[in-house]
Amino acid sequence: MGSYVPSTADERKEMLNAIGLASMEDLFSDVPSNVKLEDLDLPSGKSELTVASEMEELADKNVVFKSIFRGAGAYNHYIPAIVKSVTSKEEFVTAYTPYQAEVSQGILQSIFEYQTMICELTGMDVSNASVYDGASAAAEAVAMCRDRKRTKAVISATTHPQVIETVKTYCMGAGTECIIVPAKDGKTDMDALGTLLEDKSVACFYVQQPNFYGQMEECEELGQLVHDNGAKFIMGCNPIALAVMKTPKECGADIAVGEGQPLGMPMAFGGPYLGYMAASKALMRKLPGRIVGQTEDVHGQRAFVLTLQAREQHIRREKASSNICSNQALCALTASAYMTAMGKTGMEDAATQCHSKACYLAGELTKIEGIDLVYTGEYFHEFVTTCPGNPDQLLKALEKEGILGGYPIEQGILWCTTEKNTKAQIDALVEAVRRAVACN
Amino acid sequence: MQLIFEKSREGIGCSILPPCDVDTVSLSDGQKRKESWNLPQIAEVDISRHYKELVKRVHGVNDGFYPLGSCTMKYNPQINEEAARLSGFTGIHPLQPENTVQGCLEVIKELETYLCEITGMDGMTMQPAAGAHGEFTGLLLIKAYLMAKGETNRTKIIVPDSAHGTNPASASMAGFDIVNVPSNEEGCVDLEALKNAVGEDTAGLMLTNPNTVGIFDKNILEITTIIHEAGGLCYYDGANLNAVMGIVRPGDMGFDVIHLNLHKTFSTPHGGGGPGAGTVGCKEFLKPFLPNDYVEEGEDGLTFVKPANTIGRVKEFYGNFLVAVKALAYIKTLGKEGIPEASTNAVLNANYMRVCLKDTYDMAYEGICMHEFVMTLEKLHHDKDVSALDVAKMLLDNGIHPPTMYFPLIVHEALMIEPTETESKATLDHAVEVFKNIYQTAMEDPESLHQCPKTTPVGRLDEVKAARKPILKYEA
Amino acid sequence: MNTPKELLYAKSHEWVRMEEDGSAYIGLTDYAQDALGDLVFVNLPEVDDEVTAGEVFADVESVKAVSDVYSPVTGKVAEINEELLDAPEKINEDPYGAWFVKVTDITDKEELLSAEDYEKVCEEEA
Repeated sequence: MGSYVPSTADERKEMLNAIGLASMEDLFSDVPSNVKLEDLDLPSGKSELTVASEMEELADKNVVFKSIFRGAGAYNHYIPAIVKSVTSKEEFVTAYTPYQAEVSQGILQSIFEYQTMICELTGMDVSNASVYDGASAAAEAVAMCRDRKRTKAVISATTHPQVIETVKTYCMGAGTECIIVPAKDGKTDMDALGTLLEDKSVACFYVQQPNFYGQMEECEELGQLVHDNGAKFIMGCNPIALAVMKTPKECGADIAVGEGQPLGMPMAFGGPYLGYMAASKALMRKLPGRIVGQTEDVHGQRAFVLTLQAREQHIRREKASSNICSNQALCALTASAYMTAMGKTGMEDAATQCHSKACYLAGELTKIEGIDLVYTGEYFHEFVTTCPGNPDQLLKALEKEGILGGYPIEQGILWCTTEKNTKAQIDALVEAVRRAVACN
Repeated sequence: MQLIFEKSREGIGCSILPPCDVDTVSLSDGQKRKESWNLPQIAEVDISRHYKELVKRVHGVNDGFYPLGSCTMKYNPQINEEAARLSGFTGIHPLQPENTVQGCLEVIKELETYLCEITGMDGMTMQPAAGAHGEFTGLLLIKAYLMAKGETNRTKIIVPDSAHGTNPASASMAGFDIVNVPSNEEGCVDLEALKNAVGEDTAGLMLTNPNTVGIFDKNILEITTIIHEAGGLCYYDGANLNAVMGIVRPGDMGFDVIHLNLHKTFSTPHGGGGPGAGTVGCKEFLKPFLPNDYVEEGEDGLTFVKPANTIGRVKEFYGNFLVAVKALAYIKTLGKEGIPEASTNAVLNANYMRVCLKDTYDMAYEGICMHEFVMTLEKLHHDKDVSALDVAKMLLDNGIHPPTMYFPLIVHEALMIEPTETESKATLDHAVEVFKNIYQTAMEDPESLHQCPKTTPVGRLDEVKAARKPILKYEA
Repeated sequence: MNTPKELLYAKSHEWVRMEEDGSAYIGLTDYAQDALGDLVFVNLPEVDDEVTAGEVFADVESVKAVSDVYSPVTGKVAEINEELLDAPEKINEDPYGAWFVKVTDITDKEELLSAEDYEKVCEEEA
């Protein structure tokens, strides 16, 4: 019904006359006539009211669970109201990349503040302005470590399967090898890793912390082992967990990356999310994507600008280390507004609540006959249990009670809690599981 | 203005979470964070004011004319934003059972169907998060296809010298070697040079059409034929699709794989640099190679399938889903009539501005343009020492976001103007007047342009200082 | 334009200082640094890397461009000027003091120009 074109028929005619053309078709005289389109097979345009109803109908076909115990890469955290108010401001939403720094100080400063917060959170020296998501951040981190002599990537089997798949796909592009280190008791098999690292063409090792099974890896030891063999150490960390767990810096990581979704982004069926990327100072110039730096304007005022641009594709073209140009600026803004609203104590509280509730849930679930922890190591806010009977049936039963249960994986069910899960919700879940198991 | 860290005061904060209602448990000592860290400690009122202060230092599409060439800064309709805020989309976990996410799957499938019709493709993936990400994905489709055929000798991707920097960078990431071909005097592909460039090692061609100088390459059918006859595939960079939606389809021009920038052509906002979406489309024979998690009609409704020879995955889950929601709302609104109307008016607006300015500024190329046109300020620079940058900075003082500067690289002192269809004649007339006044100033008082901008929150920046001694975070 | 007589020059705007022990110092000429503008970073090879006459061995970055630097000789990198990594402005300030690398085991050389001939090349380019 509309194309948002704000000119009248007369004005259009006037413009055509000014150009010296008789009809709109003349604008396209360079298009070969044998491929010109006659008609688009699309529905006719609709009014705003109709579109609004249709979109609502689509949304209503989804089930919004109030009680969620599923994580596996996307987490149901509380988003403070101020975060949504900040990130819906039209100027932030509708601006392009801050190429014209003089009219983009708001975006540039917000990214500079984001970079500072990511450095604080991870302990690393430098952060970029963000990349697409945690998986592509992992793949970009691997690419940062490659050089002429060391080309292979090693990644732990305890990593999120979609992250492994993404790293493999990027490696396929680059024509380099991606080797998976097996898991042992739900954690990286350190002996197997040691053997793999004897190959001096290994550029880096990637580990996820906490790992896909929720287990806490011994990252300090892993880092030591990797460095002893001359490779680089990449950690992919859950940003909420970082409030309370040993940082990549403390573990000796060269690069820290991760999925930033827990920092104020809704689950939104998988995106948009945020990949954060931070590194040691030595690797600063290998970081891909945009980076904002501080400088001064002609009057000597502090100001911010995109910097170290000679690394990037628009200057280096085929010699650039990455093709990335956009970051996830609005998501980075979301993350900084989230971290500011929560504050350090708020984030520590959220992390502690996530962990405490997971411990409580695990304690209660394992009281049920046939449900046991699959791995015995320390976990953060996710853990795997066995399931008596068919997991799909159990999860279906929970779904009927309005509960999104854990994620079914090969080893059992991967459960997750966040600060949003109340004790009452957890108790109701455990009851529902008990009933379902009894029926099986 | 102060950084948010400089507004921090010990002991202040927001109260967000209730007390923990189960016994609190800490991580073991060996896993616990020991390193101290800082986040701003600040009251909600001051958070609100901080971001309000920042927002006053941003020029968005809603602040005024934004003719940033190649970026299609069209108006972002509010209904699209509202649709993307529905809790039935935002509150959905990406790994919910398929029977509970039929609405999301329908969004993806319906959008795929429409985009395939608009582009003449047979299948699409919403997974890539941005244009460059889409290029990488599309090139991997070509690579996987050639590998499956055993044609591993095809290692070269041909890229015109006018291409976006992402084209060669993406081809390089996908493991291809790059062959640059020069443009001819009209800014189009030099057919002879192209014929000489193709061979048994040709994997494909990456092309933007209309090209980066805003011209529709009228030899397009010959170009794609040359590539196909050499055994290569044709990749369409959809950066400039806004010129030809509903007029001509890449699929009919001989392209095998394309990417679209939903944040350009389909009006989803740019967000200060993202999130966007770099949807990739392909012909039937490439569909088996599409990334994992392709939506198909199953026995019990829509379902995710893994394409038989999938390249794998370039991202978690299914892409920037909420961006897809906005694009779908946009296409529903425009429909079969509105889509070509948008393109036609984008081209009309660009030509109108070009004609109004052509007696004042030098155009890099003569004749009808598509949705954008390129001016060269080489003469102004030479005669008056006024560069494209200087003109851009004076535009800022007039409340207009400057055009793209210094791109494409084949034009000296380039300014690339893309008005888009969502600007009125009054806005274009005003912008033309401003451009003409700037030219007048450049003639009479060139030195004054070097002082611009004067009305922005900050003046010109010392970029050399920023790059030589990088300060990339705040340190108290 | 400053073109010291005691140095040799490559057409691609590098200078070479041949040492008595057969090694050579290589840097970027005054003409080149002036044309490139304020340099903000330099990528240098590693010690023990092989360099080849006529091939790229380093690059220099300005804010909006990157330019390749070619080796006028074939040999092995014995030393790199690490000072430039932190202070690339030295290339602008003192181009003939700001050597990039010291090359030893030189087996081949490009046809190098005298200061006089190099100045002519620059005049033609300008």
